[in-house]
Amino acid sequence: MLAQFLQFLFSGVTVGATYALAALGFTLIYNASNVINFAQGEFIMLGGMLAVYFTQAGLPLPVALLLAILIPAIVGILVEKLAIEPVKGAETVTLIIITIGASLVIRGLIQVWLGKNTFSLPAFSGDEPIQILGATLLPQSLWVLGVTALVVIALWYFFNRTLQGKAMLATSYNRVAAELVGINTSWVLFMSFAMSAALGALGGILVTPITLTSYDVGIMLGLKGFVAAVVGGLGNGLGAVLGGLLVGILEAMGAGYISSSYKDAIPFVLILLILFFMPRGLFGGKSTDRV
Amino acid sequence: MSMLEVKDLSIHFGGVKAVQNVSFNIDAGIVYAVIGPNGAGKTTLFNLITGVYKPTSGEIKLDGESIGGKSPNELATRGVARTFQNLQICMNMSAIENVMVGAHLRLDRNLIKAALRLPTLKKRDAEARAEAAELMRFVGLDAFVDARADAMPYGALKRLEIARALAMKPRLIFLDEPAAGLNPKETIDVDHLVRKIADSGVTVVLVEHDMKMVMNLSDRILVLDYGKKLAEGTGEEVRRNPDVIAAYLGAHA
Amino acid sequence: MKKNVYLGLYIVVAILLVLPFVVPNSFYLDLVIRMAINAVIVLGLNLLIGFAGQISLGHAGFLGIGAYASAVLPTHFGWHPVVAMGAGALVTAVLAGLVARPIFKLKGHYLAMATLGLGIILNIAIRNEAQWTGGPDGMPVPTMGLFGFELASDKQWYWVVALLLSVSVWASLNLIDSPFGRALRALHGSEVASQVVGVDVVRYKVAIFVMSAVFASLMGSVTAHYVGFVTPNLADFFHSIELVTMVVIGGMASVYGSLVGAVLLTALPQALATFEGWETVAFGSILMLCMIFMPKGLVPTLAAKFGKGD
Repeated sequence: MLAQFLQFLFSGVTVGATYALAALGFTLIYNASNVINFAQGEFIMLGGMLAVYFTQAGLPLPVALLLAILIPAIVGILVEKLAIEPVKGAETVTLIIITIGASLVIRGLIQVWLGKNTFSLPAFSGDEPIQILGATLLPQSLWVLGVTALVVIALWYFFNRTLQGKAMLATSYNRVAAELVGINTSWVLFMSFAMSAALGALGGILVTPITLTSYDVGIMLGLKGFVAAVVGGLGNGLGAVLGGLLVGILEAMGAGYISSSYKDAIPFVLILLILFFMPRGLFGGKSTDRV
Repeated sequence: MSMLEVKDLSIHFGGVKAVQNVSFNIDAGIVYAVIGPNGAGKTTLFNLITGVYKPTSGEIKLDGESIGGKSPNELATRGVARTFQNLQICMNMSAIENVMVGAHLRLDRNLIKAALRLPTLKKRDAEARAEAAELMRFVGLDAFVDARADAMPYGALKRLEIARALAMKPRLIFLDEPAAGLNPKETIDVDHLVRKIADSGVTVVLVEHDMKMVMNLSDRILVLDYGKKLAEGTGEEVRRNPDVIAAYLGAHA
Repeated sequence: MKKNVYLGLYIVVAILLVLPFVVPNSFYLDLVIRMAINAVIVLGLNLLIGFAGQISLGHAGFLGIGAYASAVLPTHFGWHPVVAMGAGALVTAVLAGLVARPIFKLKGHYLAMATLGLGIILNIAIRNEAQWTGGPDGMPVPTMGLFGFELASDKQWYWVVALLLSVSVWASLNLIDSPFGRALRALHGSEVASQVVGVDVVRYKVAIFVMSAVFASLMGSVTAHYVGFVTPNLADFFHSIELVTMVVIGGMASVYGSLVGAVLLTALPQALATFEGWETVAFGSILMLCMIFMPKGLVPTLAAKFGKGD
């Protein structure tokens, strides 16, 4: 019983960490620009696919991984510069369509370039499972969790202890005020897209040895990251991380105990329940519209 | 019995007590002004009475019946209309359609009949359009009857909001700074307009910064400061009240 | 909203009357029928998105309910297709109505999320209940018949769909220029202003959401019978996005924009089919370019350019 529960928990937390990184990406961009970036999932896919491509091309693993993070970051910047900046202040629907367009372009290009096959990446430190109370834990899961934890700590440090990070936070609270005190808000926007693309890519790379990847995994991963961000109260960084883990765990538990064929539906049932009963997410604050 | 009775009304936003234990009565048929420095809670008070905010505590009665916490659309059915300090015009509609929306509750809102454009609905709609045009002329918007809302100047939009509120055929109308941002000539026009509305039998509650207009129009005045009632009475009584003088001098010093 | 908006309706009807005699072959007739079906769905969706200002990223789910009601009920239970179609619409109305109330207390991105979630759940259910729906492979749909008359040929379908489209355009034009329609547009323009004049905004949002969902469901049934086969792709997230895109590209809050959007985006995959493998890239690029350079959509942008009101 316990072993089974632990097994589901391990796999849930592992996938949940990826959702958490994607959710952080949504949060960063949402805070900087009020845009929900529906292309976020494609960065996850890009990370995994590029890591596969570069390692198969014979590059040493660290170099391959670095490139697989850098290139999506550049793509993120391009999306911001070419598609988001020109339509500042557009309606929500318009922005949603633009980012969906961007996601189609990214996915389409990868499909043309690398094909429709499913790829895998060797685990970073072997496939020998670790036995814990009868459940098995893959070493790669430790990589996923460890790196995610490091990233969360690094982000916390960045936003609370560095000037650049504080400037980004200030912009999310009040753009005009931030501009008035001399913060370059278009730099903030630029950074948000670069960082969230890199975060997504990182998540994609880490989880690929466990879940495999192909050109079309981005949609579901991205949508689940979005669910996680909304569960955590849109715009709340810590909430996004907790939301990601929660979505991952519930999904794994649901798949294990209820029905594995409805695994993908679980995050969306969860989000509907949460939106119905706590419309601002689990960790979101209250706000009042001014008239 | 007064038309509107407000008793110990309060609302808190987090730690901010925007309105605290405010009480007053408004008799039918008068012009009642609410004044006070910026941030005194005047608009919040309007939002509470017209149902946009729910009070933290206290009571609001219309014709002796409690209306505290009722939604704005329920209050509309009881003949309460209002305008907004920050314009709330529907820029996606024409000027006259904005006014026609004011007649919403008096028109047939059935979806099926609308989709089939039944003759009765069509006829009533044409009447509503004519009434709306008439109201636009009443508020001095003769020149804008065929205009798009997003092509109108600020001063005209202010009056368009009043026309929309009047299209409800209200018994009680709340005007939130109808003269704010207007030039002296436009201010005088609005002054006359408010007088005309009051003369037509509608009870008017007014928030306004233009003291000349307030003193000129109001039968009674409520003075708010930091969300609390500072004074209430006729123009003369309020003007002589030492607390009011202090607050105003303080605010302007 | 002047009288001459109905001029467009006459033009649409005229085009629909002439079209079957000028389309060169059955391939194009099929394309035109699919355009018209999409146009009806998009008209309904535009009432929700463009006029009332509420987004839905899950409308393909409702389309799926209609399509699968028409496939499953006659096949497994022997229901008459017309009854099945009605049942699909009824189920859609009840489901949309049930979820709409809580959904429409939400705004913006939360609303997008809720509708998206609903659509995805419906799609997953269709994919998984293979014993009823045929799963990912889909299932055949029996032909539609009424009073002993079988709807089989494309020509017959064309006239049915053309009639549906004409009526939908007419009804949409009527609706937006009515007290109901003005209330919808007013809550888009200023929610609080519409509330204080007595519009029960949640009720109106629910009503238009349910109505547009029922439109989608009915046309889902029509699609199912016309094509003769249903697959889960009809109900997937991508199709929801396609429908929203038709609204946005044609022009939000523009009846004729809905038609243009539906026509263009239905034709697009055909036009792109020559670029083997590049369809997704091209589709995505067109979406982005349109939104960047014409955020209001084609018809309103062109109407403004040539000084004609819509």
